[in-house]
Amino acid sequence: MTKNERMKEQILRTSGVNPLKCMRCGKCSGTCPSYDEMEYHPHQFVYMVETGDIEPLLASKSLYKCLSCFACVDRCPRSVEPAKLVEALRLMVIRQQGANHFKADDIPALVDEEIPQQLLVSALRKYSK
Amino acid sequence: MKVSYFPGCTLKTKAKDLDRYARESAAALGVELAEIEAWQCCGGVFSMATDEIASKLSCVRALADAAKQGQPLVSVCSACHNVLKQTNHAMQTDETFASRVNNYIAPDAPYHGQTKVLHFLELLRDEIGWDAVRAAVKKPLTGKKVGAYYGCLLLRPSKTMAMDDPENPKIIEDFIRAIGAEPVIYPYRNECCGGYVTIEDAALSKKKSMQVLDSAQGAGAELLVTACPLCRYNLDKNGEGKLPVVYFTELLAEALGLKED
Repeated sequence: MTKNERMKEQILRTSGVNPLKCMRCGKCSGTCPSYDEMEYHPHQFVYMVETGDIEPLLASKSLYKCLSCFACVDRCPRSVEPAKLVEALRLMVIRQQGANHFKADDIPALVDEEIPQQLLVSALRKYSK
Repeated sequence: MKVSYFPGCTLKTKAKDLDRYARESAAALGVELAEIEAWQCCGGVFSMATDEIASKLSCVRALADAAKQGQPLVSVCSACHNVLKQTNHAMQTDETFASRVNNYIAPDAPYHGQTKVLHFLELLRDEIGWDAVRAAVKKPLTGKKVGAYYGCLLLRPSKTMAMDDPENPKIIEDFIRAIGAEPVIYPYRNECCGGYVTIEDAALSKKKSMQVLDSAQGAGAELLVTACPLCRYNLDKNGEGKLPVVYFTELLAEALGLKED
């Protein structure tokens, strides 16, 4: 098993996604509120995981632009649910030792008086382990 | 009627009005929100990863506590409700996940998603009923044009949340009508405000929040209501005073005559 095959297997297991169900209609990217900010778009995540082109995704800032709004999950006509792949790829990165994208020490410089705890908790859950 | 109540972290701090007016309004409508003991933060977001377990345990503890009381579990915050409901769904449908969770937290009785999870809006619609809400209104908000801001988490993923039609919802519009105001339908009412990504990319959340506010203003809304402290924060912070944004519980309390102006 090559490194790419191992990574693909892990991503499919963590996400529960079957990329082969995708019919490439592009609705996920069409509805994605972060589309403009992403280097790789939701439909590309599906295709690139399927073809084993995983390293570029792991290195991309696109992993941190997903809003977890469930728009692509809800609107995918084939129930592929691309956000689950984004989540699994992001976890593959941040689950490594020392690879947190957002650290508790970063918080004091970023908060204002009104910031809700909900925001900080959510960001920590999504960006760090 | 007595229900178990999960307030959540932000309702104890930055969103006290969301909590306070929910409790007071519920009491006026004959429902006691009994805060569960020693609840822990829901985590704010539900991890979509099937092998993510530890971060979902606090929700299962809350759900199992409500099951023990034999009461539905009600929350007001969109995020808490979303995480609780998705966790409950996972406990019902994913036996690998459920068995690992039960082995670890060892509840008094094995938990498999028995608890009915309700958002406060569902409590109003399904348990109290709009007619009863309407009958309890003392100061109807006549003539006020209110835009419902659903955001993401109340409605999606719709197969699990099952609150309303995810693309053409009406629960908040029905609420607005019940308190005597006029709902304003606008295209971006179920699109994202930018969420937690505001801390990673402030420009992105500004763009998203402005789309929502422009959409609502263009349709004639005078103010927006939300159930989510993060939505309110993003819309307020990025909106440059475009439209006032309040919690739906504030308007409810006002209509019920419980709120001093």
